[in-house]
Amino acid sequence: MMASEEQSRASSPTTELVVESASEATPLDEGALLLRIYRLAVLTRAVDERLWIFSRQGLAGFVLTPRGHEVAQIASALTLRVGHDSAWPYYRDMAVGLTLGVTPYELFLGALGRADDPHSGGRQLSMHLSSPRLRIATVSSEIAAHLPQAVGAAYAARVLGQDSVAVCWFGDGATSEGVTHEAMNLAGIHRLPVVFICENNGLAISVPLALQMPIASVAARAAAYGMPGTSVDGTDALAVYRACQAAMARARRGEGPSLVELRVPRITPHSSQDDDSYRSEAERAAAAAADPLPRLRRELLARGGWSEEADERLVAETRAAVAAAADRALAQPPPPPERARRWLFAGDPPHPYLAQLERAGRAEGDRHG
Amino acid sequence: MVEHIAQPPAAPAEAGAVLTLVEAVRAALWEEMARDPRVIVLGQDVGRKGGVFKATQGLLAEYGPWRVLDTPISEAAIAGAAIGAAMMGLRPVAEFQFADYIHPAYDQIVNHAATIRWRSVGGWGVPVVFRAPFGAGVRGGVYHSQSVEALYCHIPGLKVVVPATPRDAKGLLKSAIRDDDPVLFFEHKWSYRRYREPVGGPDELIPIGQARLDRPGRDLSIITYGVGVHHARQAADALAAEGLLVEILDLRTLAPLDHEAIARTVRKTSKVLILHEANKTMGIGAEIAAFIAEELFLDLDGPIVRVAAADCHLPYNAAEEDAIIPNPDRVYQAALRLARF
Repeated sequence: MMASEEQSRASSPTTELVVESASEATPLDEGALLLRIYRLAVLTRAVDERLWIFSRQGLAGFVLTPRGHEVAQIASALTLRVGHDSAWPYYRDMAVGLTLGVTPYELFLGALGRADDPHSGGRQLSMHLSSPRLRIATVSSEIAAHLPQAVGAAYAARVLGQDSVAVCWFGDGATSEGVTHEAMNLAGIHRLPVVFICENNGLAISVPLALQMPIASVAARAAAYGMPGTSVDGTDALAVYRACQAAMARARRGEGPSLVELRVPRITPHSSQDDDSYRSEAERAAAAAADPLPRLRRELLARGGWSEEADERLVAETRAAVAAAADRALAQPPPPPERARRWLFAGDPPHPYLAQLERAGRAEGDRHG
Repeated sequence: MVEHIAQPPAAPAEAGAVLTLVEAVRAALWEEMARDPRVIVLGQDVGRKGGVFKATQGLLAEYGPWRVLDTPISEAAIAGAAIGAAMMGLRPVAEFQFADYIHPAYDQIVNHAATIRWRSVGGWGVPVVFRAPFGAGVRGGVYHSQSVEALYCHIPGLKVVVPATPRDAKGLLKSAIRDDDPVLFFEHKWSYRRYREPVGGPDELIPIGQARLDRPGRDLSIITYGVGVHHARQAADALAAEGLLVEILDLRTLAPLDHEAIARTVRKTSKVLILHEANKTMGIGAEIAAFIAEELFLDLDGPIVRVAAADCHLPYNAAEEDAIIPNPDRVYQAALRLARF
């Protein structure tokens, strides 16, 4: 059950991958896929760096960061059909959001607690994504609570006769929650189209995996729910993509759920409010050394078609675009206090910026048929 | 899917059919599932068995195993799956076998169903009905007797409905299923089969948030809900022999409270007895009493009286259970004292 990593490592670099998407079955060469992942990773890193600056400046309260998880998040999210498959990320999944179409401007609006934030109107902590248009379910701060909800989304797809898949991301700490068992069990019983993606960075804030579970692999738990479990190096973009692609294809064929474990480093502390003091210098250095971005950059350069000059240009352009988005968000006002109780129940007027994005998204969808 | 055993078919109720409360619940589910293919039912034993109280009997044979889902004993997953399915367009009715066992799902209901619309600035909604039989008097012991409604009334974003009569049960459950927000729907199990009355037809919706004047009166008001309505009726009959005309207000919905109906009855009789079977401390009665004290102080002509359970867990043995929960005689005695104040 854990052979896919070896298989993907062994495959030839010239192998063409087929993107199984509703809209197209276009062959995609690995170089183009890797470059796409890399661009999104550079974007994610630039947004993350700016958020940490906001935090240090006292402008953003609580920063949750994907550093080290970027490639795992992007490569897995690229296997979704945006707006068709439902996405159930957790609070570290900034790059899942950026891959599915969330913009840096929206993320800054949220982190700065601005009125226009279309995800939560500045009500939730940073990175608590939500987008009906992109079918990203609203993220909560609570560990693992979204797993049964994702299973419910998969169940709804079966009842409604849709072929959409529910994809649910969570950390290794989430596997210790009782509701994780309940959710995976329910999904397994009814062979529901859901893909469970565990971003295993080996730490639940400070508690290491050895104090979370008595076995070495999260993926091994899949056997208890009658689904395949795969453990993959989450810094290996193509391996992640292939493993998730296989799980998505299985779900779409009606064969049921899968559990994909992506082993990733956590390069930063848990959050901006955490000092990482429980890790040794050596542990922190090892995490930093496993950074997937330099690895991906080296791989692109080695393959050809990518140069140091192109790379420098990409980083500079990305940083400039991110800085502009941050400045634009900074200029926005906080929510009017009298809005505090709005949207407790149905029937309130829509959030203006969210409504604007939804309209634009529908128009976009109409253009593409 | 496993093979399902066919159950006796049951036709939906016609308008004017005389039903018990649990039959009215079943009729409402049946009609709403027929009307709207997005309505589904999930919970423990709701399919093959038709529910431990038979509230879902026949639904599996009529609507099939995908719309009538027998779940494992996983209350958090029942609630969580209902929430996720609702976000994707279904109208789930999640059944908890007893309100005592809704607690493992409390997190999903309170942290998620209640917050999702607010925290997504209206982007996502959670049209789920969480149904559960509740209440004491059936010698069910601590895990088949609890009244949990106040726990949910404290949470913004939730609606809480407790029907006392079959007609209200049917019309209110239909409204709850069609509501765009999460509704807790508590059915008093002692009342399930004790009373029959004609129910409304498929189009009768009873609006959430409106109390019902169960009996007009003059001398004092009993504000209550659920089984309390039946206790109040008995007490009022006995008080009539004393020449006292008791007004009974059936709240029907506990969140949101019908403040206008409460104000009307307080202004009319100036004496208020609040009755519920749930524990007294920090209960619904405390909230209603505070509302009256804040807004209607000058309309009162006596102290606000509460008759409620004695802040205790509920035992299996009758002697202790009867000592804890209200009954018609206790309501009568308290009302008499208040009338003579």
